[in-house]
Amino acid sequence: MKNYRKLLLIAITFFIGSINAYSSTENIAKEENKEGGIKSEIKEYIAHHLKDSHSYSITSYIDEESGKKVYIELPLPVILYDQGLKFFWSSEFKHGKSTVNRGENYYKLNYHNNRIYKTDRFGTIDYNEKHEPLNEKPLDFSITKNIATIFLVSIIMLLLFVSLAKSFKTNNGISKGLGRFFEPIILYIRDDIAIPNIGEKKYKNYMSFLLTIFFFVWFLNMLGLTPLGVNVTGNIAVTFSLALLTFLITNFTANKSYWGHIFWMPGVPVLIKIVLAPIELLGVFIKPFSLLIRLYANIQAGHIVLYSLIGLMFIFNSWLGSSLSFVLAFFISIIEILVALLQAYIFTMLSALYFGFAVAEEDH
Amino acid sequence: MDLTLVGGGLVVIGVGIGIGLTGKGAMEAIGRQPDASGKIQVAALILAALVEGIGFAALFAL
Repeated sequence: MKNYRKLLLIAITFFIGSINAYSSTENIAKEENKEGGIKSEIKEYIAHHLKDSHSYSITSYIDEESGKKVYIELPLPVILYDQGLKFFWSSEFKHGKSTVNRGENYYKLNYHNNRIYKTDRFGTIDYNEKHEPLNEKPLDFSITKNIATIFLVSIIMLLLFVSLAKSFKTNNGISKGLGRFFEPIILYIRDDIAIPNIGEKKYKNYMSFLLTIFFFVWFLNMLGLTPLGVNVTGNIAVTFSLALLTFLITNFTANKSYWGHIFWMPGVPVLIKIVLAPIELLGVFIKPFSLLIRLYANIQAGHIVLYSLIGLMFIFNSWLGSSLSFVLAFFISIIEILVALLQAYIFTMLSALYFGFAVAEEDH
Repeated sequence: MDLTLVGGGLVVIGVGIGIGLTGKGAMEAIGRQPDASGKIQVAALILAALVEGIGFAALFAL
């Protein structure tokens, strides 16, 4: 009888997924007279959702009477610096269709690459031969979707860990509640990542950075899989900053033997030392660069595959094809949960390894 | 016959062979010493992620 229950659960998931996909294809069928059809619309949709944007878009629907698309979104503040600080909500851009007027300058949002340009009253944007906009851009300090999500995760992490530390103190070192889930993870980072790589004497200096990076990357990766539609660690600027921090900490807390090993490797003949020096210098830059690319490419590729499979559900308008792609997308999103944790672990472990190289004692 | 696509296929073959060889070494080691299977599992997972990192970087550069 137990096998029957599992089979029933799988069959129900199949069915519900296929019904959902089928009922929402009626809306899409009406838009097929758009040029390019449904495939180019899905491509545009995916490309827009993988990038940063100036507002949290929740959903959109086509108004029955006027036939135009109505967007429901949560606007975020836009902060521009162009001979003075200008501050307004991004809902004034009306999803890329109107220009905003402040004083003498008009600003328009180019919907395709999410940048704000300075333009005239009619909103003209001149393009050069390669179809790139030529207008001037003001300095953009606005709070975009990624920045708002980073603030959210930082506040969650602060509240979580401060309350965890307080409950530790009042309970004499025995964790209660949510602490029981986080304590083994924190001890694992200390005992199996920090101490073997950095050594008993100096690991305490780096523990706060390693813990922060691990939980930050893990929570952001998990948030990318939720229906909120944020893609923070899949943005190369965010992973660039994290890898830059590792690079700076490695090189500013290194001792003399580390730099000695790079420029004048002890224990090899002089000719080989001269050949080895440029290669090791390149290695100083390439190691954090590989951290950057690994995290970015893993998360971005996972998101592209997931979104494409869900888009495939709409292209196959039948009930068999849609439910099969739904099941495939479901299993791939389970793998993505594993990848979220694994990539956070790898980033932390490799950072600890590089710190270990930097403070290694000279023992020959 | 776009050569970038052929290059992409070669990258994926390389990643597949790399992760497969790592897995083979890990399986043999676990077979020889089942007590150390925790450490071997962790090491194998890390090496697989490193190889996959190179594969992804190459695919994105394409």
